[in-house]
Amino acid sequence: MKNALRNKNFLVGIFLTGFILAIALISFVWTPFDTTKLIIADRLKAPNLTYLLGTDHFGRDIFSMVMVGARNSIAVAFFAVGIGILIGVPLGCWAAAKRGFVDELLMRSSDIIFAFPALLSAVMITAIFGPSATNAIIAIGIFNIPVFARVARGAALSIWSREYILAARASGKGAVRITREHILPNITNILVVQGTIQFSLGILAEAGLSYVGLGTQPPDVSWGRMLNEAQTMMSIAPHMAIIPGVAIIVTVLGLNLLGDGLRDLLDPRLQRER
Amino acid sequence: MTLRPILLGGLAAILFSSSALAARMDLTIGMVLEPPGLDPTAEAAAAIDEVVYANVFEGLTRIGPDGAITAGLAKKWTISEDGLSYAFELREGATFHDGTTLDASDVVFSLDRARAEDSTNAQKALFSAIEKVEATGETTVVVTLSEPSGAFLYNMGWGDAVIVAPESADTNKENPVGTGPFKLDNWQRGSAITLSRNENYWGEQAKLDKVTFRFIPDPAAATAALLAGDVQAFPNLPAPEAIAQFEADPRFIVAIGSTEGETILSTNNKKPPFDNIMVRRAMAHAIDRQAIIDGAMFGLGTPIGTHFAPHNPAYVELSETYEYNPEKAKAMLAEAGFADGIKATLKLPPPSYARRGGEIIASQLREVGIDLEIIPLEWGQWLEQVFKGKDYDLTIVSHTEPNDIDIYARDDYYFQYENPDFKALIAKLNVTAEEEARFDLYRQAQQIITDDAVNVYLFQLAKNGVWDAKLNGLWENSPVQANDVTGVSWSE
Repeated sequence: MKNALRNKNFLVGIFLTGFILAIALISFVWTPFDTTKLIIADRLKAPNLTYLLGTDHFGRDIFSMVMVGARNSIAVAFFAVGIGILIGVPLGCWAAAKRGFVDELLMRSSDIIFAFPALLSAVMITAIFGPSATNAIIAIGIFNIPVFARVARGAALSIWSREYILAARASGKGAVRITREHILPNITNILVVQGTIQFSLGILAEAGLSYVGLGTQPPDVSWGRMLNEAQTMMSIAPHMAIIPGVAIIVTVLGLNLLGDGLRDLLDPRLQRER
Repeated sequence: MTLRPILLGGLAAILFSSSALAARMDLTIGMVLEPPGLDPTAEAAAAIDEVVYANVFEGLTRIGPDGAITAGLAKKWTISEDGLSYAFELREGATFHDGTTLDASDVVFSLDRARAEDSTNAQKALFSAIEKVEATGETTVVVTLSEPSGAFLYNMGWGDAVIVAPESADTNKENPVGTGPFKLDNWQRGSAITLSRNENYWGEQAKLDKVTFRFIPDPAAATAALLAGDVQAFPNLPAPEAIAQFEADPRFIVAIGSTEGETILSTNNKKPPFDNIMVRRAMAHAIDRQAIIDGAMFGLGTPIGTHFAPHNPAYVELSETYEYNPEKAKAMLAEAGFADGIKATLKLPPPSYARRGGEIIASQLREVGIDLEIIPLEWGQWLEQVFKGKDYDLTIVSHTEPNDIDIYARDDYYFQYENPDFKALIAKLNVTAEEEARFDLYRQAQQIITDDAVNVYLFQLAKNGVWDAKLNGLWENSPVQANDVTGVSWSE
């Protein structure tokens, strides 16, 4: 706890992430305006007392849109990371436990997936199955699988060579039980750190896909879509582009700082050095 | 060491700038939609005509920028006393791009092909008055009509009535062979079509030697391409919000003109619950047209209440027939048995009027309990699923053909609207030559489709033309679907 309070990265990161999470949660029960209701007469208003962050070209309140957009971005990133962890981690652990052919096969397949530029492949997937938030989740999630598989395998391999694993094997525990009782608890820290980083990449990927029209669809709000719509309005309503841009920066910065902070805090070696 | 490249660069700049003093000979035009093929006699898509009309293919007559009929491949014509027989005299020395000469037999072939039973022509009604077409000499053709038709010469000026050669008619879709001052140079699918000058053109040579049509549906990309000079003209810019910016920029000319584009919320009249006239009328009451024009088009557009262009003398102002009244719409839906609301889909093609208008319409209809799922489609998908497949509930599109109210009389058109009275009216219109009588029939036709609330009529599309201030000769209005570049040139 003391360490946590001393770690500036962690403090700033948790504050920014917490803030975004808070507005996303609040948006479920309250937003200043309804984002599905277009008030054309009030379009392209600069920030003022009624509309704190101004309005867009359809007269929607941008503050409310940022809140709902936070919720949608976080949801997409959350499920995409979830897919990566739920499929990638077991695969990585399996590879580490079996070694040999299974290991080769899994790691070489993940190399293949890695070889494709992730965002381009996500574009391909959504182009085939149609643009929607669900397909964006699947597309981003697929590229999280090898990430988590590799991290889990690497971490698990180093644990497998420990003496207490030898002891566990000697006492007759099977690979599944060892993985569950000894490997997973010891690699959780690394997975949490990786999860935070993938989460911020997921937010960026969702914004990117929505920006090119392949992610969240109207009338749902997404920061990426807000940026896309703002593009041609830059000269008449710059706030339309700046605000969602800042929201994305704040979220990604917050998550990255949080990830760095967590890595420092959870790494026992670094702790001892202090 | 580093001086030399700089000096060379400077020298090159001097050389190039001196050659740049001569007028430019090339032009890149931006368009929103890519044509599915290049044969204007085989398909309906406006984008086909917007590339090939007057540039690649020519008809007997031609429609000019003001909508007036001028001579085309027929240099003159005489009409018999009874108005039934038109004798056309063709241009001498006109040749197709493949080198074959244009003669009377090509005209007979083209018109017979267009009006044949198995013709795929999208505008067969243009030819319905024709009884027979005969070649009376090498360059003379006589067309006999079954009834006098006031619109015949105008009809012959449409892109769907252009003259093609029997040898190339079947392959024009991929490789158009016409008689125009430009021929197809190269078609990069999904990106651009390049035309180059036809040096053997029968008439006055085009001033440009290369014209490229680039397809940019995205409003932001279109604006950026114009600003960067990658395209030098956008006859209809999909970003109305950028118009003010271009107006303030002395490098560009902004020309807001009229089009024949009735922008409508097309409704599948056979698909429940939209087969119910009460539901369609309720939708008309639920939609605030001015909000759509302001929100999607930045105020550029005229509200309409029927499928007719407001600048047409036969136009009837019906835009207040179903005044904006969400409460009334809700009551009507309840009366029709849909008090619990309706769920449906709204399929949107790429143009920004459809994508943005769609969001506004979905929001307005949600207010009265009609919950629309928005499905964005690419242009090809839209033509396939909605226009040909009729697999849709609602969609938004602009019908840019002139005087096209007869589409409501067509069997199997994608609105799936059937009204025998309307069909009888159009049949009568087709054989009426006298102008005032025609206007009267047009007025009745407008009233019928508005009473039946076939579609929700939104607004007449404006033509937001933006081009380089040094370009001359582009059309300000769109009386027909065309980007006629035959008279376009650069000032020095």
